[in-house]
Amino acid sequence: MRNSTTGWLLLAPTLFILVITGLLPFVYVLSVSFFDWNTFAQNPDPQYAGVNNFRRLVFDAAFLKSLWLTLKFTVFVVLSQLVIGFFLAKMLMRDMPLKGLFRTVHTLPLMIAPIAVGATWRLLTVPGLGPIPHWMKEWFDISYILSRFPDQAFATVVIMDIWHWTPLVTLTLMAGLSNLPEEPLEQARIDGASEWRIFWDITLAFLKPVLLTTIFIRLMDALRTVDEVWMLTGGGPGAETRFIGLHIWRVVFPKTDYGYGSAMSLITLYLTIVMCWFLYVAMTGMKDKTR
Amino acid sequence: MKHGFLQARALNVLFWLAMSALTLLPVWWMFLVSVRTRADLFGNPSFLLDVSSMTWGNYAEVLANPTFQHYMTNSLIVATSNAVLVSVLALLAAYAMSRYALIGKDNIFFWVLTNRMAPPAVFLLPLFLMFTGFRFGDWSLFDTRIGLILLYCVFNLPFAFWLLQGIVDAIPKELDEAAYVDGASTFTVLTTVIFPLARPGLAVTGILTWVFAWNEYLFASTLTSVHARTITTGLAEFVTVTGTNWGQLAAVAMLTLAPAVLVLALVQRHIVAGLTFGAVKG
Repeated sequence: MRNSTTGWLLLAPTLFILVITGLLPFVYVLSVSFFDWNTFAQNPDPQYAGVNNFRRLVFDAAFLKSLWLTLKFTVFVVLSQLVIGFFLAKMLMRDMPLKGLFRTVHTLPLMIAPIAVGATWRLLTVPGLGPIPHWMKEWFDISYILSRFPDQAFATVVIMDIWHWTPLVTLTLMAGLSNLPEEPLEQARIDGASEWRIFWDITLAFLKPVLLTTIFIRLMDALRTVDEVWMLTGGGPGAETRFIGLHIWRVVFPKTDYGYGSAMSLITLYLTIVMCWFLYVAMTGMKDKTR
Repeated sequence: MKHGFLQARALNVLFWLAMSALTLLPVWWMFLVSVRTRADLFGNPSFLLDVSSMTWGNYAEVLANPTFQHYMTNSLIVATSNAVLVSVLALLAAYAMSRYALIGKDNIFFWVLTNRMAPPAVFLLPLFLMFTGFRFGDWSLFDTRIGLILLYCVFNLPFAFWLLQGIVDAIPKELDEAAYVDGASTFTVLTTVIFPLARPGLAVTGILTWVFAWNEYLFASTLTSVHARTITTGLAEFVTVTGTNWGQLAAVAMLTLAPAVLVLALVQRHIVAGLTFGAVKG
């Protein structure tokens, strides 16, 4: 092996930049979270507050509501995307003309800037201009006004996310499905197993690593959704679609409550990690049982 | 048998035609809004393009707007510089990881990747404080393109690093060993052996990181105010500032999503691997 000093020198710029942009902010947010610091308060200097910021969080109804909305949103979108994505993956694997074209078109939403996705859906849903409110009125006699009805706003945000991110699930599951071994499937068919059992015991068992990764990635992304929702509903009506990222932004910027915002950021980060850890343990546990 | 087979295929094609329509419809609608006159916007929504009353006026107005030109230039500069910077640094880092015995290599690799996974909203505040607090006289990183170019490394560098790692690993070690035996320096090996062989991979890395940087909104909106605003923040401003000018909003949004659509066909094979960090090969 050659001199490892050269290796470290080649690696150094990357590590240096990531320490500054990734590690340092983390240490900073950690330290600020123990201070009372609001630049618009009577005393604008940071004062040591111990764990007060974290204690305040537990009783903060707005924060808890935002957290709950984020979880609800995440569960809704990830589950729907898994089901729809699985179905579409199956459909896209069939042999047909124009397959490549369909695949490319299906991939399109993944590349669009989230903020432009929000703009697209806003144009679809603006009363008077967008086709959705028009059809809702015409066909179902429903007045569809996102800025007035929380359920409609939430549902639209979920549908927008499904439109935006299902292709990712489709493509990963397609990759997983095309690597399925033929033999156990055929063996099970010969043994007369029902399609349903084959699906649960063989397809899903072999798909597990891909499934786990897909859920992981979608979970992380769904938990931090900000741009599209900001563009579509602005977090409204009221705070009904104000997910955690937006909520943190509001506490930190318009309210300049730096210490409290930091504590909130940390808890969010912590919950994200814990959720993924639980998922990981649950999935690996399931895997052991099926063996 | 044959008949049923053909029927099934026809049904599949029909199904995917419908799916494609569903995918394209929102974007198509936005395009329609962007090429219609204000008078044509309201009333019965029609998904048909009326070529006779079509207008490029919204695009012309937006492109002639100096603020928008400024935002667009910023986005171009930031995305391009970031993509180049990230590709070069990541190539060096990937080469180091691939060819040298470094202590704690696996941990470093893992740590680098976690930077990509962190929710950006969590880091808004510390980055804002760092950007405004870190000063040379009057100059601070806040509201500069350099600030954004550096910052976008936090998500693009891990990505490029991971992507190029696989590519450099695939280049046979014997090739650079042979060059070293001939007395080549590390720099020469990198530029004459590794770079040419990694070029297709570098192109994919460059394109995808470029798109990610171009698409970024949250950091750009909080860490810039006037000078370094990007096209995505411009798009968001359109809603709040001129809430009713839908035609121009649509035109800006179309321009924002255009580059992604243009490169889609080039990189679509790599998107899955890219977005799942190689855990799933597309």
